[in-house]
Amino acid sequence: MTGKFRDADLEQIIGSLLRYGVLASSLVVLAGGIVYLIRHGAQYPQYHQFRGEPDKMRKPILMWEAVWHGEGRPLIQLGLLILVATPIARIIFSFVGYLLEKDYLYAVLTVIVLLVILLNF
Amino acid sequence: MIRTIKKAGSLNRPFFYICTTMTILVFSGILFAGALAAGLLGSLTGLGGGVVLIPLLTLVFKVDIHYAIGTSLISVIATSSGAAAAYVKEGITNIRLGMFLELATTAGAIGGAFLSTYLPTSVIAILFGAILILSAFLSFARPADPVTAGEPSALSKKLRLNNSFPTPEGTKHYLVKNVIGGFAMMNIAGMISGLLGIGSGALKVIAMDNVMRIPFKVSTTTSNFMIGVTAAASVGIYLKRGYIDPGLSMPVMLGVLGGAFLGSRMLAKTKTASLKMLFAAVVLVLAAEMIYNGINHNI
Repeated sequence: MTGKFRDADLEQIIGSLLRYGVLASSLVVLAGGIVYLIRHGAQYPQYHQFRGEPDKMRKPILMWEAVWHGEGRPLIQLGLLILVATPIARIIFSFVGYLLEKDYLYAVLTVIVLLVILLNF
Repeated sequence: MIRTIKKAGSLNRPFFYICTTMTILVFSGILFAGALAAGLLGSLTGLGGGVVLIPLLTLVFKVDIHYAIGTSLISVIATSSGAAAAYVKEGITNIRLGMFLELATTAGAIGGAFLSTYLPTSVIAILFGAILILSAFLSFARPADPVTAGEPSALSKKLRLNNSFPTPEGTKHYLVKNVIGGFAMMNIAGMISGLLGIGSGALKVIAMDNVMRIPFKVSTTTSNFMIGVTAAASVGIYLKRGYIDPGLSMPVMLGVLGGAFLGSRMLAKTKTASLKMLFAAVVLVLAAEMIYNGINHNI
């Protein structure tokens, strides 16, 4: 690569990142969904009352462990995490892009947005 | 753990809702079909799928509104990221403007998500209905003319917000007005998004069209670009509190995404004006139903 890093380069990278992030998460969710429907498809759903999800649907490490026990629902959750991570990754890429462009004002702005999101996760 | 949860669930009166009469397989299939339709209509009309998803889940499937909000947030991230990918590559989206306004929307979204966990479900339902009515009317509002000439404001210059975008007639330049006012509006839009689990795209577009006076095409695509990050800010809170359910999110996310993809393929060939009227009418009926059920504490 020669020349300076510009806004147009950042646009191409962000565009691809968003596309493949959504695609990857859909595939993982689909795989988890198939396992889930095979294992639980004949049971009856209970969503009328809010009960909250168990820990293995809320904490990434526990999700990961449950996936290795062949469970479908935690795999769906992992797919959803990939989806949520996609726009967050987009912010990280923008941050690096603005550093390369030497646009320090926007580098700082992106870091603030990133912190706001990550501190609440 | 699972067993105790199922037992608690079985305390519900079964005749109260239709979910118990169908298996998870059938439930997921119907939910997928409903989400597909919501995604398709949402993308064809520009109103977004979230506005019909939550009424569909709560009114038809009698799903608790907190689950519905979590599920809707997920689908909002999926559709907005999918659509944003194309617009960003074409160079229509104003990324700097999006990044700057995300400061406002993410902070608002987190406030909204916290608020949502404390508000009674009936209040959320009434608020949701009110915002639906507002969104349906706003989607017909005529955007103010964009500002293309004159002196850029000091703040918009400092933030490098003034930009250009490609059109069939060549590159068009535009100026961003009223940066502070737009920022404040975005903060409110972000809060509503976190509170109700919708993209609140209509509010975002109004903030950029009528307050900041940027061209319609730039405001829609930039709004779309921001929705994913805004929803990601509040989704963490919903996930931690157990509002994101895989059994609901899976069919809904795949359905809405499929519908939105089909919609983007059909957009060129369909007349959207009459479709938009029809969809707005559906949204108004759903809004009335949400408010009615909220007042009667049926939600």
